[in-house]
Amino acid sequence: MTPTPTALTEAEIWEALARIPDPEIPVISLVDLGVVTAVEVTDGAVGVELTPTFLGCPALEAMTRAIAAELEALGAEADVRVRTDREWTTDLITPAGREKLRAAGFAPPKPRSDAAPTLVQLERGSFRCPWCGSTDTKLENLFGPTPCRSLRYCNACRQPFEQFKTI
Amino acid sequence: MPAPSRADILLPLADDELIVGWRNSEWTGIAPFLEEDVAFSSIAQNEIGHARALYEIVAEELGSTADALAYDRPLDEYRCAPLVQLRRMDWAATIARHVLYETADAIRIASLAASDDPVVAGIAARIDREEVYHRMHAEMWLDRLLASTDGRDRLDHALDELWPYGLGVLDEGRRPELRRALEERLDRALPDVEPAVRGRYEPELAELHDEMTSVRRSAPAGARW
Repeated sequence: MTPTPTALTEAEIWEALARIPDPEIPVISLVDLGVVTAVEVTDGAVGVELTPTFLGCPALEAMTRAIAAELEALGAEADVRVRTDREWTTDLITPAGREKLRAAGFAPPKPRSDAAPTLVQLERGSFRCPWCGSTDTKLENLFGPTPCRSLRYCNACRQPFEQFKTI
Repeated sequence: MPAPSRADILLPLADDELIVGWRNSEWTGIAPFLEEDVAFSSIAQNEIGHARALYEIVAEELGSTADALAYDRPLDEYRCAPLVQLRRMDWAATIARHVLYETADAIRIASLAASDDPVVAGIAARIDREEVYHRMHAEMWLDRLLASTDGRDRLDHALDELWPYGLGVLDEGRRPELRRALEERLDRALPDVEPAVRGRYEPELAELHDEMTSVRRSAPAGARW
């Protein structure tokens, strides 16, 4: 069965997707997170391209379902394609998304330089505490509650916090 | 001679990632401390995620599915290296395998990232972004164990025992690179040994295969929850 063509514009679809919270960090939307990498309306058919953060991200199916449901509520049937052949990098998180992360106590990722991050950088580099703003923080664990986060501790305000990994 | 297919190139890697991910997950809940519970569980999740993405590429070529490749093959069709098959619930051996696997894997991924096939190069580059953190974790533990005499002794013992297995992760041509990288890092020579290569099956793999495929076998039409 061919889906009914939609009258929605690409801009309206981006707006709708910007309302969908990330399943694991609901303070930011899928658009803020930069995982929606393309929206296309061709002859009324909607195509959405989703580029996962980490390949083993268990939230992927929830994201795909949420996108389909949000667009279905607007009368559009979306073809959501997961692209694992494309690279997602933390540089794709929008400036607004980074601010929302910080406000919620997640230190946003540092911009990715040409070279991959190193242990020395993570152990000795300056990482800002999202609670008090101090950079007197230390690496507690490279791994955290989800693949995309590390754990750090702020020596100034004595609070642990989650640091988005740069990938 | 025809060029190797994507299945030839990616299946050994996919099988390694699936099985090493499974082995890493065996520390979930029982690692020596909580941080390592989290670390090995997270690494396991990444490795199995890599396996899935790789199986999907191979499945497209073979007209199969990722799940069928992961769970429906008889044991002797798995291409995983003996290193990942071993089950060693000893911390020094765990770190030794982690160091050997991640070092060998970095060499292999770098060569795949330079492939002429954009699909192979693309997935390799993606995987590498995540593997960077696994390598840092292995580095960190290497430093920690090398910092004490007891730690160094245990690690050296485990590394010597697993060294033939570490060599077996790579094709013959890339083994000298692994030796150089590790000898430099450890500041000592590693023994001259016969590598434990793919196609050899450790008894522990049968046990793992049986457990890993049990849900799939119990619900051939597909389990849902």
